[in-house]
Amino acid sequence: MLELRGLSKHFGGVRAVDDLSLTVGQGEIFGLIGPNGSGKSTTVNLICGVFPATSGAVLFEGRDITDAPSHRVVAAGIGRTFQNIRLFGDLTVWQNLWVAQNSVEERDAGWFARWLGGQRRGRDYAGDLLKFANLGDRADELARNLAFGEQRRLEMARALAARPKLLLLDEPAAGMNAEEIGQLAGRIRALRDHGMTILLVEHVMELVMGVTDRIAVLNFGQKIAEGAPAEIRSDPAVRTAYLGTADA
Amino acid sequence: MDFYFGMAQLIGVHTLLGLSAYVVLLTGQVSMAQAGFFAIGAYLAAMLTVLAGWHIVPAMLLAAVVSAVVATIVGFPALRVKGLMLVVATLAFGEAVRIFWFNFDYQIAKGNIQVGPLGGEGFKQIRYFPENGWSTADVALFIWAWVIAAMVALWWMDRSRAGSVLRAVGEDELAAQSAGINLTAVKVSAMGIGGFIAGLGGGIYAHYTTHIEHLNFGVVLATFAIAYPILGGLSSVIGVLIAVIFIQGFLVEVLRFMGDWRNLLFGALIVLAMNVRPDGLFDARATRTLRRLLGARDA
Repeated sequence: MLELRGLSKHFGGVRAVDDLSLTVGQGEIFGLIGPNGSGKSTTVNLICGVFPATSGAVLFEGRDITDAPSHRVVAAGIGRTFQNIRLFGDLTVWQNLWVAQNSVEERDAGWFARWLGGQRRGRDYAGDLLKFANLGDRADELARNLAFGEQRRLEMARALAARPKLLLLDEPAAGMNAEEIGQLAGRIRALRDHGMTILLVEHVMELVMGVTDRIAVLNFGQKIAEGAPAEIRSDPAVRTAYLGTADA
Repeated sequence: MDFYFGMAQLIGVHTLLGLSAYVVLLTGQVSMAQAGFFAIGAYLAAMLTVLAGWHIVPAMLLAAVVSAVVATIVGFPALRVKGLMLVVATLAFGEAVRIFWFNFDYQIAKGNIQVGPLGGEGFKQIRYFPENGWSTADVALFIWAWVIAAMVALWWMDRSRAGSVLRAVGEDELAAQSAGINLTAVKVSAMGIGGFIAGLGGGIYAHYTTHIEHLNFGVVLATFAIAYPILGGLSSVIGVLIAVIFIQGFLVEVLRFMGDWRNLLFGALIVLAMNVRPDGLFDARATRTLRRLLGARDA
């Protein structure tokens, strides 16, 4: 479904992502892990078209989206969340979802309806999303007044508002307690059961090991391992990357 | 009585100018070009009525469309610059427009006098209203019909999805893009809509003053244009109107007795107003209160 071919991003002399190739299959929960600064978020940004790749290609459902601008990537069916939450704080919870619904309506409404649309259909879908994100009673609250955990859930709901086929979650468990992580894992599995593919970038091993089908490990922008969670856990190269060598 | 109608005319025209900056400001773009669009609307509409003998309504609409097209064209390069750089770039454009009219001559004979824009001397004898027997009250009503139409249209847009999209772009461009919003389309559309409204305002301005010159459309006017929505708070179009009344109705007129000291106090009062109400004279809370009073449901 998603294929990265020799993807590289250099910032000056820094090789943030270096010749990265991987394939995420339809309906998979794919984990992308690695120490700080290993290029995980850069990879997400490259997929989403936040900045251009130095070389290599991103293919989604067989189509080349390497140089597509962000909104086209969303229209193609890729949604994302951010490592540091980026909501529209002065808009209400409901408006945050409304704003993101244009890709949905683009498919079945005309230009005029899309631009000015207060469509009931969109409203119903937003209601479902709010329930899913456990924000049902917060719809009219300004996003910036939400608690941290609620903001994370809203950001995920906003990514879902455009009905993506592939969801990129950039460290969704950062700052969450064990109970919240458990709920998040449940939500991720529920999305997969709805047919969504998920790329999970995460530090919290408990979550990654618990929900993913396969994991790729990055270090200094390169892939150093790929496999099922159990294989990754016992991989010596991964241990070295995370814990350092004995004499380091 | 004419004084009050005159005041109403001035406030109406400046409200249109402020509304034009409001739309653009919602997307986070501080545009100092609004006075330039206003000037284009003023000169073109006046040329159409005086030189071509058009009725004022089609003249204003065509002038506003041209302003909108120019604003859209300015909107594209403006996408590449942000913040202070955008202020400088749009300021330069506004000045370029002013200098254009400073150098522009196009006069024809009408009866025994020459009419039309004449460079630094300006464009005199824009006598559409007196020639057609409009009273000051008629003109004031005409202006306010446009102002109300523009305010209702923007109020409606604010409450629709489009309003949320503009604000989303103003708050966080990266997040907006990732929510599937086409930044280019939104920012350029906002510039176009702003250009249209500024053009309308300019068209009316030229006709009620009957004499325009390039100096009317300088940096001071551009500053007023963005001061209104900022001082009014960006939560609603009502804020723009309140800010215009505060500045043009209260600060400029009521303090007239102070002579030259007025300008000093003028600045100080704006600073004071911003300190007392940092989110603008008419902030989000005031909008919600007003909606509650009107019995409207929050969108």
